[in-house]
Amino acid sequence: MVISAASIYLLATSYARGTVYYTVPFEPASQVMFAIEMGIALLLLWLGIRFKQYIAVALVLVQSALMLFYEFTMGMGMEPVKNLFFDQFSIIMAMIIGIIGSLIAVYAVSYMKTYHGHHPEVRDRRRFFFFVTFIFLAAMFGLVFSNNLLWIFFFWEITTLASFLLIGYAESEEATNNAFLALKMNLLGGIAFAVAIIYLASADPAGGLLELDTLIASGQAVAIVPAVLISFAGLTKAAQMPFSGWLVGAMVAPTPVSALLHSSTMVKAGVYIIVRFAPVLAGSLAGMSIGLVGAVTFLVASGIAISQSNAKKVLAYSTIANLGLIVACAGVGTYKLIWAAILLIIFHAIAKSLLFLCVGTVEHRTGSRDIEDMDGLIVRMPRLAAMMFVGIAGMFLAPFGMLISKWAAIEGFIDAPFGIIFVTILAFGGAVTVFFWAKWMGKIISVTPYGENVEGTISREKWTVLSILTVLTVLAALLFPLISSGLIEPYLLGVFGETARLAQDNIIIMALMISLLLILPFSLPFYAKGGKTMPAYMCGRTVTTDLKFAGSAGIERTMTTRNYYFTEYFGEGKLLRIANPVCILLILLAGAIMAGVVM
Amino acid sequence: MAIIYLVLAPVLGGLIAGIDRRITARMQGRVGPPILQPFYDVAKLFEKEDVTVTPSQNFYILSYLVFMAVTGALFFAGEDLLLVIFAFTLAHIFIVLGAYAAFSPYSYVGAERELIALMAYEPMIILTAVGFYLVTGSFYVGDIAASQIPVILYLPGVFLGFLTILTIKLRKSPFDISTSHHAHQELVKGLTTEFSGATLGKIEIAHWYETVVLLGIVYLFFGFNPLLALVVIAVAYLLEIFIDNTFSRMKWQMTMKSGWGSAAILGFLNLAVLYYFYLGV
Amino acid sequence: MAYLKKSPWLLHYDASSCNGCDIEVLACLTPLYDVERFGIINTGNPKHADVFVITGGINDLNRQVVTNIYAQIPDPKVVVAVGICASSGGVFRECYNVAGGVDQVIPVDVYVPGCAARPESIIDGIVKALGILEEKRAKMKEQERSA
Repeated sequence: MVISAASIYLLATSYARGTVYYTVPFEPASQVMFAIEMGIALLLLWLGIRFKQYIAVALVLVQSALMLFYEFTMGMGMEPVKNLFFDQFSIIMAMIIGIIGSLIAVYAVSYMKTYHGHHPEVRDRRRFFFFVTFIFLAAMFGLVFSNNLLWIFFFWEITTLASFLLIGYAESEEATNNAFLALKMNLLGGIAFAVAIIYLASADPAGGLLELDTLIASGQAVAIVPAVLISFAGLTKAAQMPFSGWLVGAMVAPTPVSALLHSSTMVKAGVYIIVRFAPVLAGSLAGMSIGLVGAVTFLVASGIAISQSNAKKVLAYSTIANLGLIVACAGVGTYKLIWAAILLIIFHAIAKSLLFLCVGTVEHRTGSRDIEDMDGLIVRMPRLAAMMFVGIAGMFLAPFGMLISKWAAIEGFIDAPFGIIFVTILAFGGAVTVFFWAKWMGKIISVTPYGENVEGTISREKWTVLSILTVLTVLAALLFPLISSGLIEPYLLGVFGETARLAQDNIIIMALMISLLLILPFSLPFYAKGGKTMPAYMCGRTVTTDLKFAGSAGIERTMTTRNYYFTEYFGEGKLLRIANPVCILLILLAGAIMAGVVM
Repeated sequence: MAIIYLVLAPVLGGLIAGIDRRITARMQGRVGPPILQPFYDVAKLFEKEDVTVTPSQNFYILSYLVFMAVTGALFFAGEDLLLVIFAFTLAHIFIVLGAYAAFSPYSYVGAERELIALMAYEPMIILTAVGFYLVTGSFYVGDIAASQIPVILYLPGVFLGFLTILTIKLRKSPFDISTSHHAHQELVKGLTTEFSGATLGKIEIAHWYETVVLLGIVYLFFGFNPLLALVVIAVAYLLEIFIDNTFSRMKWQMTMKSGWGSAAILGFLNLAVLYYFYLGV
Repeated sequence: MAYLKKSPWLLHYDASSCNGCDIEVLACLTPLYDVERFGIINTGNPKHADVFVITGGINDLNRQVVTNIYAQIPDPKVVVAVGICASSGGVFRECYNVAGGVDQVIPVDVYVPGCAARPESIIDGIVKALGILEEKRAKMKEQERSA
């Protein structure tokens, strides 16, 4: 609660001030950070050896070696000055971290109580859980407020650690394996980040290039190499292909972890850093490659989401897909696309966290996180189903936010070089997302003749959080012009010199549409009173309330419905086999271009 | 313009539906119903009892009708074509939800198949809008319609692709996988199984609104010569009726292949050529 | 207004018919007789139907089914029993497994005799049914107004 208040206070006071830099002394903060980093490395080494995860051990050793090399050869003379800052983009991120993060933390209090009730085999480390969660939130704030790349790296690694610890919370074999998978992939990114820092330190021994704003302002020729390296780190953290496995595996963690780290905040750090570097990447072939990785991920992850019936996996793949879209916008990097990207970040964070928390609550009440068991949710848990409805609508329907962002992305890509490729991928990907969201939506609003209301026992904390997030989803869609003009456009002006917005008349039309959407449900009680109802048509067979009927030869059968999953066309294995090599090739291409620059 | 649309489009749409049935009948060697038949049908529906499985279905269909009218009003007021397309999707989701709400096997399957159809035509229709933007420089229907550029000459592939998905949208065989006006009864009535009376009437009226907007998009390809545009619309619709009568309903995979295939090949290639030659990539 | 007469939608159901009358019903839809020119559509869905065209007699298996389907049709509705089996059980009337005509379970408005009933009779019967349909609609409106 305090954290959200602080975020909002920050917004209120800093609103008009533009970018503000703080000169915080580099030392001894950096010494402390380095010490902590080495401590973390030792911890990870010990855990890796203990669990026999030797690849992880190797990666930790490589990364530590790089940082040790840096610290003892170049670290001596570094004197970067402007180490902390905030600008409009930081404020947006801080609002997301602060508000959504706190809401999820509140939810988690109630959730973890139920979780341990349902899972007596898991050791109760709740204090540890919340400790790590708050360290994580602190690290996120540090990340978005740091102007010094070394410090950003430090906070980055702390988020990796937090994610590792929280995924492995249940201490089962599956959880531990997935935790190490996440660690390995994020460490790969960390190594790239470390190499970038060494490159920058050797290019400017005084440490000036370690300051993010200086680096970006120094133009493409100077900054492209670290930009590509750090964007690679961003790709691993944002679980883009071929690194999508860790985020899908991370779904074994308790739901608040999934909501916080793996949809609204930590993975946003990955795309945040790529968006920061967008001015450097714009117009370059390497940037285009990275953008294509994002676009391909968007298309393929959406396709895989069709074939998944586990709700958290659907949400995971949808997250990966949307992050891919943000990466695509950032990689191509024109000002219109960055406008779209920032909007995507905001709307996705709100809607996705709402959906994760809803799924978590459904799982606790009904014991299942499978979409096929959510038939008639609107009968069994009406308010929750309505909130899920808003969350899903927020993910793909006009006039909600994600749709606005996708629209802006289409318009942005058209004017970009090779834009038609991106537009086509976006068109196909968008169509696919409609399919899997709509069929889920249909499942939960089916009115089954059976089912009793089990909602009453949901705790007040959970309801408060869920309601706030639902309201936010709608408000964000209504108020996005204000967010745009107040925060996003000044940022764009500062970075690119020009700004984008949605045309005035479109904004008015969308506001009208939202109003219609808010008014129309009031027809429901009117119909409930006057309408006549009748059972569904079952070709005349008499059907009981639990949908049993006498089939041919008198055998009793039950009517069931199932969504299409099309695993033979959109199956995970099948699609990944195509997408992973493509993305690896694209990343290698970006790397080759970058190497060419270095030579 | 939007208000004229809101009032006249149902009339026009109903007449087109009536002419459709008449021509279909003649093609089949029959006499066929009077041209005003669709209006009699809807009027009759409003005289019947309105029975659904659950009251929320009525709400969804009301929203469907409202948003379909909004979509068309936006189109004919000359607004942004992409917004029109997104509003279209919003309207369709409502009828799909109405079918899901009933929790009946036939409407459920109809809803799933309607979503497949939606997924099939969505890429092509977005590429159509992009095509218009590339040629006329604007997404606004008003600008595109008033433009003197012979859009069709630059977008032949996109036009053919659009005609393909027009078949899907108008629910003509071979793509009428979710519901149709004919006697296909494998899914009973598919999407519209659990509706009756006034609610079913509203669905019909919404279909008329939709037909007028779709034909409006065909017009946009020929905006530089309104008379030619009207002729092309008539010919295109006749072609649709002809295809409807010569094909039987195919599997949904064919709908997907046609929709995505036309977007990937006809749409993408056309636009790629445009990009390269006229915009220098 | 009299729109029900102009747009009667049929539901055609075979209770236990030998299919003879069914073929004749479908023949009405062919170009030779073409009932669509009266606005008649053969919809397979009771919720969309006005006229319930039923052939064949009632036995144990279809007793409940016919009742259910009849209940599914929204008001106003009429039932046309086509063929002698639907009217009274026909040649199977005395059989142990046939209960008789359709009027054993649902109220019938028009009986069309014949074995098989000829398309002309069927069309005649439906036209008669339309008149009754209009009367029912008027009565329904009366009840609504007074309610």
